[in-house]
Parts: sequence; C-alpha cells; structure tokens
Amino acid sequence: MTVPQAAINRETGKPARAPHAAACPFCSLLCDDLIVEQAGGRVRVLKNGCDRAVSGFENPDGPNQPRLKGKPATIEQCIERAAAILRGARFPLFAGLGTDVGGMRAVLSLAERTGGALDHMHGNALQRNIGVLQGTGWMTTTLTELKNRADLIIFAGTDAVSAHPRFFERLVWNQASLFQLDSNARQIIYLGAGLNTKPGTSPEGRKPLHIRFDPRRLIEIVSALRALAAGYRLQAASIAGVRIPVLNSIVEKMKAARYGVLAWSSAELDYPHAKLAVEACVELVKDLNDTTRFSGLPLGGNDGAITAVSVCAWQTGFPLRTAFAAGYPAHDAHRYSTSHLVASGSADAVVWISAFRAAPPPAAKPLVVLGAPNTHCPEEPDVFIPVAIPGLDHAAQLVRCDSVVSLYLERQQTSSLPSVALVARLST
Amino acid sequence: MLTRLSGGKVYDPVHGVNGEVRDVFIRDGRIVAPPPGGVKAGQDYELSGAVVMAGGIDIHTHIGGGKMTIARMLLPEDHSAHPVASGRITRSGSGLVTPSTITTGYRYAEMGYTACFEPAMLPLNARQAHMEMADTPIVDKGAYALLGNDDFFLRLLAEGREQALINDYVAWTLETSQALAIKVVNPGGISAFKFNQRMLDLDEEHCYYPLTPRLILQRLAQAVFDLGVPHPLHVHGCNLGVAGNVDTTLKTIAASDGLPLHLTHVQFHSYGTEGDRRFSSGAARIAESVNAHQNISIDVGQIMFGQTVTASGDTMAQHRNRASAYPKKWVCMDIECDAGCGVVPFRYRDKSFVNSLQWAIGLELFLLVKDPWRIFLTTDHPNGAPFTTYPHLIRLLMDKSYRNERLATIHRGAAAMSTLGSLDREYSLYEIAIMTRAAPARSLGLTDRGHLGLGAAADITVYKEHRDRERMFSQPRFVFKDGELVVKNGKVIKITHGGTHVARPDYDRGIERTLRPHLEKYHTLGWENRKLRDEEIAGEGRGRILIAKCTPRQAA
Repeated sequence: MTVPQAAINRETGKPARAPHAAACPFCSLLCDDLIVEQAGGRVRVLKNGCDRAVSGFENPDGPNQPRLKGKPATIEQCIERAAAILRGARFPLFAGLGTDVGGMRAVLSLAERTGGALDHMHGNALQRNIGVLQGTGWMTTTLTELKNRADLIIFAGTDAVSAHPRFFERLVWNQASLFQLDSNARQIIYLGAGLNTKPGTSPEGRKPLHIRFDPRRLIEIVSALRALAAGYRLQAASIAGVRIPVLNSIVEKMKAARYGVLAWSSAELDYPHAKLAVEACVELVKDLNDTTRFSGLPLGGNDGAITAVSVCAWQTGFPLRTAFAAGYPAHDAHRYSTSHLVASGSADAVVWISAFRAAPPPAAKPLVVLGAPNTHCPEEPDVFIPVAIPGLDHAAQLVRCDSVVSLYLERQQTSSLPSVALVARLST
Repeated sequence: MLTRLSGGKVYDPVHGVNGEVRDVFIRDGRIVAPPPGGVKAGQDYELSGAVVMAGGIDIHTHIGGGKMTIARMLLPEDHSAHPVASGRITRSGSGLVTPSTITTGYRYAEMGYTACFEPAMLPLNARQAHMEMADTPIVDKGAYALLGNDDFFLRLLAEGREQALINDYVAWTLETSQALAIKVVNPGGISAFKFNQRMLDLDEEHCYYPLTPRLILQRLAQAVFDLGVPHPLHVHGCNLGVAGNVDTTLKTIAASDGLPLHLTHVQFHSYGTEGDRRFSSGAARIAESVNAHQNISIDVGQIMFGQTVTASGDTMAQHRNRASAYPKKWVCMDIECDAGCGVVPFRYRDKSFVNSLQWAIGLELFLLVKDPWRIFLTTDHPNGAPFTTYPHLIRLLMDKSYRNERLATIHRGAAAMSTLGSLDREYSLYEIAIMTRAAPARSLGLTDRGHLGLGAAADITVYKEHRDRERMFSQPRFVFKDGELVVKNGKVIKITHGGTHVARPDYDRGIERTLRPHLEKYHTLGWENRKLRDEEIAGEGRGRILIAKCTPRQAA
C-alpha cells in the first residue's frame, strides 16, 4: 500500500500565485467571491473574507504527524491499523462526516462494506429539519431568490450571521436586485433572544424589529402567528410575554409581503422537541401561500452537513443516521444517532471525520480520527490521521446550505496531507 | 476479442431489419462486419430463437438532480419498504418509486436499457444532477437543461433582444451545464408563480414580464433549431393536469409553426371537459393533430395504478395539486431566479374515475398515434409510474386481450368514457424496437446508438422470446454495454460506468459581456462556478463525455 505524497510541502514554498477568486468551504454559504493569493506556500485572503474564512484559509496548520495511540507513525501504518479496527468491528460508526462529495462517496462505500452506520456532527440539527421534511414537506427558497425578491425576512430564533457571517452583506443589503426591489426597504424581523441583530440595520439606518422572548418558546409564538393568520382570535392577552397586538401586526406584515422569507437554523433551536418549532414555521409558511408568496429558508448545515446528507440520500435513498448492518441501508433517526450509538455501546468502533476544522470526537473506543491537523482529542485516539482540507488542500465539490447549488472549489495550496476520500478508499 | 451473437432474430428498424435471423459481431465495444473467411470468435453466444435489439433508450426519466433527492428524503417509507441488499459485486440501495442512484443504474440495465435521459436539469443544480448521474452505473446518461423561466432569458425577451443573442445564451447554457438538449417547463409559469400568479395559459401574459408562454416557446424552439441541437425543444406545456388542457396542447402544437417540438408526458396534457364529471379524454384530438404535424414528437407519460411520487419543475402546477398529495406531504421550492421544484407524492387508484381515465388516455395516445418514430414509451418516471413498469406497459401495447382484461378492472364510468376497448391495434416487436430504441436515439442525435449497424456502439439486449411480453421484457437474457456483457438472465454481472451525452453548438462568446455582469450582480454563484468542467463528470474513471454533433441550420 502506498499513499501518494504531494510533490511539494506547504513549508517549502511554491511559486506565488497571483490574486485570484476562490470559494470558501468554511460555512455552508460557500461564498465564491473571495480574492486570495498564494505566497511562500501559504494562502492569504485579500478580499471578501469574513473572520471564519480568514482563519480557515490562513491558519489551517497543526502537526502533520499521523499517530498511533499518540506515537508518531507513518500514514501507511495508521491506515493499516484503521483497516484492522474496521475488520474487527461488528458495527462501526462513521461520524463527524465533515468532508466533501468525494469524501462522502468513499466513506459510504466503506460504511457499506463494513456494515456500519453514518451520522454527521450536526446530526441533531439535521434531523430536526429532516424529520419535518419527512413528516409534512415544506416550501423553501434559495439564496438568489432571497437576494432579489424578499421584501420581508423573518429570522426565527436565529441571527443568520453567527453561522454565516456574510449573510446580510451578500444577500440582504445588496445594492442591485432584479424586480426593482429596494433592498434598503426590506423589513427585517427577529424573533427570539440572544441574537446579534446589528447586521439587521439597513445601510440607511433603518432598524429591524426585534420581538424578544424566551427562544425556547418559539413554537408558541409561531403557532400563535399561524392561528392569527388563519383568522382565529386568541383568548390570551400575550404569548410568551409578547402582546397579541404585536403578533397581529407581524401577521399583517406577513400577509402584506409580496415575497416573504422565514429563516430558521435548526442548529440554534437546540432544546427538546425543537422539531415542533420547525414544523410550526413550515406550516405557517404553507398557510401564507394561500394568498401571497412566502418561503422558508433553513440555515445552518456547516461542516459539510448538507453535502453529507445529500450524497447519502442519493446513494442510499435515505438521509444520514442510516446503517448498513443488515446488508442494505436502513434509516433510524434515534437508533443511529452518534450519541445513542456511542452511549449505548452499540457501535464497537468509531471513525470520526472532520476535515474542515478541528472538532472534538466523542469519547469512544476504539477510535479512529481523520481530522484537521490541530484537532484536540480529549483522549488520544487509537489512530489519528491528519487530513487535507477540502477546497484548500485539494479540489472539492460541496453542496450549499439551500441543498440546490453546489460548487467546485479549486485547490489553493499544495499539501502533503491525504484527503478523506483517499484514506477511506485505502481503509479496507 | 471478437464476440459473435449467432442465430438471434434481429430487430433493427434503422436498417429495416424486422426479425431476420442474423449474426451480430462485436469487437472493441463496436458492432463490426462478419470477419472474412469465418474467423473464429473468441466468444460465441448461441441465440437461436432469442430476440436481439439495440439497448433500450429512455428519453424522459427523472433520475438525477435535486428534486429526486428531495423526493427520496420525503419518502423514507418507499425506501424502507424496498431495500436492496448488496451482492457479490453490486452495491446496496433502496426504493421503488425513487430508487437510489446506484440501484437505478442496475435496474435499467437489468431491464435491457443502456441509456437514460434526465429531462429537467436546472442549470443552477446541474452540478448535483451530474454527480447523481455519475453515481448511476452502467447506463449512459444525459440531461436537458431547463430554460424559459430564468430571469436572464425572460429579460432578454422582454427587452425585445435579437434571436442571435438568445441562441448564444442557449448554447452557453448547454455548454456550461453539460446538457444534451433544452427543455421548457410551463413556459414562464414557474417564474410567474414566484410573483403569485397561479395560472398561465398559452396566450396569457406573465404578471411581471410583458410576455406570453407562446413567445417563450417560439423563441426557445427557434434557438434550438438554429443551433442545430439534434433534439427539438422538449416541452412540458402550460396547464399540466387541468381539465380542458387539450385545447392548450392543440394550440401549442399549432404555435410550433413548423418548428420541431417534442411534447413530453402528453397524457397529462390531454384532458377534455366533457361528461358529468367535466373530465374526459382528449387523446383522439391530440393524436389526430400529432398525426397531421410531422414536426411534432411526443412521449406519453403513462400512469400505472399504485403509489408513486410526482417531481417536477412546475411549481405552479404542483402547488395547485398539493391537496391530492398522498401521503399528505409535499415540497415546493423557488430556485435561484432559475426555475423551481415541486414534489408531491401520489397514489393512482383504479377505483378513481380520474385516475382510471388517465390510465386509459395514455393507452389511447399510444394506440392512436400512427408513427412509432414520433411517440416514445415513457411513464415520466416517477410521475406516472416508476420506470420498472415498462415491461407491463409493453404488454398492454402488444396484447389486446390482456389490455381489455385490465380495462375491465378500472372504474366503470371511466371505461365507459374511453374508446380504449374499441382500439384493436397491437404493437409489433418491430414497433417496440422503434419507440424504445431507434426513435429516441434518432431524436437525440445519438448516431451510433439505438441501432445495430456496422460501427454502432455495441449496446445490445437479447430477450428470450415469450408470449407474455411483460415477462420477456422484464428479464433480458443478455445485455451488452459497449460490448461488455453486463447483465445475464436479468441480473447485473458486471459494473461499468456509462458515458454522458452532451451537445456543444458553436456560439459567439461575446455573450459573456451581457451575461457575466448580470450573473455577478444578481446571482449568488460566480461566473467560474457556473461551468461544469469535463473532469467533474469524467474524472476518476466514472465515465466519459460523448458529444452529439450539432449542425447549425442557419446563420445565427
């Protein structure tokens, strides 16, 4: 077994590459208008990089040393050990899944051959949306529609920017839009608390409306909006501390919107039964379309979550939390969650994959980590293989947050690290 | 190595071969002449009594792209109920109505099909569509790019820009999305729905752009014609599923004004308003018009009874039909100032008057359109039924007594409204070979597919002759893909990667001066990322690009 070594190490320096456009893999907006340059074997972001992008592109370093139980080893030794662990496992779990399309294809093939299960590090958040999609369906929109059409944007329990820093800059306060929409005149409404609402102020200084309440009570607020929109009168004087006339005024705005968007981030609705809040949002949107146009916009899906779930769905027919234990894919949102499989001990080996950034693996044994070089493991894993960053160290295809648009991200620098796809293909 | 298929009855309509016993020779993936002096073949398949045809070609089947993956996610019950275990060489998968991609490739090959075409690829979803098709093994693939609801095109039209510029945009779309043809879905209607317009007939004006579907159709059909793209504009017309839409369809045919058009899933567009229930068959009128217009081809979009899911770019129609969803869940998406996507699960019931009549209308169309070169066998997979029902459909077309047995089981009122029982036509094997092989290949410009002439690609299916045509077409004895034996007795025995058919007409790259600023100003995906690279499709040994020849038909 040989692992191809990239010809030139990052440290040795490559001839500088002039400033050029690049796409950013570090959040699911996948902005592709960044200008980067390469000099001295390093990438620098010159333009359009948010903090997340700059730290992703410019500080990907860590020890490039593969390890076996903490001891330096060759990558071949590590892959051999990982393969042996998988051969010995009855029911391995492939978790994290922070990787690109090529990586997911290889991991799915490996999971199938080893009879394993698959879940993403944001599996709980994904499942809140997928559960609703599977149960009731939804009406949603995509980023270009939002940018050009939305005259009312409601952020339900999210500020968008915490996960997607350039959301407002690129998609809300854009100068130009089709259909004579004055983006400055867009109405922005935040529902919830603990949100960074500053970006919601328009360039001309128009302030957003912020309805404050305990974010765990979002389902009550949205359900009340839905009831009011349907013409019901509520007996209560207030819901979650918000007075009914305030809610009524929001309903009026929603009904008057020509193209409203209701955005939520299932990752930020992180409490028991939060799926019901997603469902309430989705049903409210459907109802509003009886008279006007309104769309949902599920945000989140960073760390390759949308890519992972998409590839899994087209190749197996199921979203993540799917297992091949029976010789065919079977999906179970609870049994095949990382937390359940690890806590119950059902999974007797865990392969943790996080190529975009250091994300700590769960405490499991045996544990194989294919991680960003600077991954901190609370306990030293049996095998640690530092892997290349998709879209930085190797070319990659990724699916954007709206599950519609996907991008081809060019390689930006040479790296000696192997891709997740390569390691997964060799680990049999 | 030389391979000989000897003694089979060959059906090769392109060469007028109608069941003659002939030997077929294969070398290096191609059909070759018999070696002079009788050189011994390395491999000899004795096929006496078997039927030999080119591999099947499905001109309209939703196999790849975001809407299919949404449909897969929407229906875990379909996938749980239909698991597919991995085999010695095959991968696992699941699903009957929206099978996983890998399973889709196997099932098509096991049914004797060697090429399938995704008819509704949104340019902004093209990369994913191709990724899914790359994960669909064995068969060749190709896709039709959706235009006619994208705001760049609608603006060009509204501004009265010249045809040459539209032609360039169409060619640019084909090239950058790696498409073989162009499709229009509910011309202007998907866009109009985003402005809250709920209906749009052929001559009705879009509520934002001062345009009608008729103009959109004509300009796109002209562009496809001028550029010399082999397949005519592929049209999913206005008013899908609406009682009375037969008139719209007839007007659409007339609007073609002699330009080639392919009207797809016409069954869904052939409804009259007669009878107590104000729902009747318009098949006879449609067939009469198709018979009279040589420039028109159609595919049927036959429905079959049972559970399926409808997936379409036509958000206007899908949103209108949401109340019929079974189970009660559905998805509608507005997409990228480009198009849309609507997914509505559906169960066609033989006890339902409407569904029964839909079933009969599809069969009436098959039996009343005379020229099998201009009507293709489809169920609009999965919208009318999954593609795996094709053998059953072939039996219905070839076996009148069986057809009448089935007719006796549908809703009586519907049966009484249909002329199906009085139609005696039975398709011959020769005609089946035309409508499932020769004609689709010719329509798509695949000059070396769909026939068994010298130099053709050795995509060949061998069936054991059986009076029960469903059984015969369900389990081919052998399927060769590019000369390799991939299926034996209806089971995949070798996994290969098919190619991707594309069309790349020449165009004036000066379109970039108009198009690029538009995309950079209003869109959220950069210019460079709009173009799918060849290596994204053909990289890592997953396939290759097959370029269909375009011959411009006039100076653009």
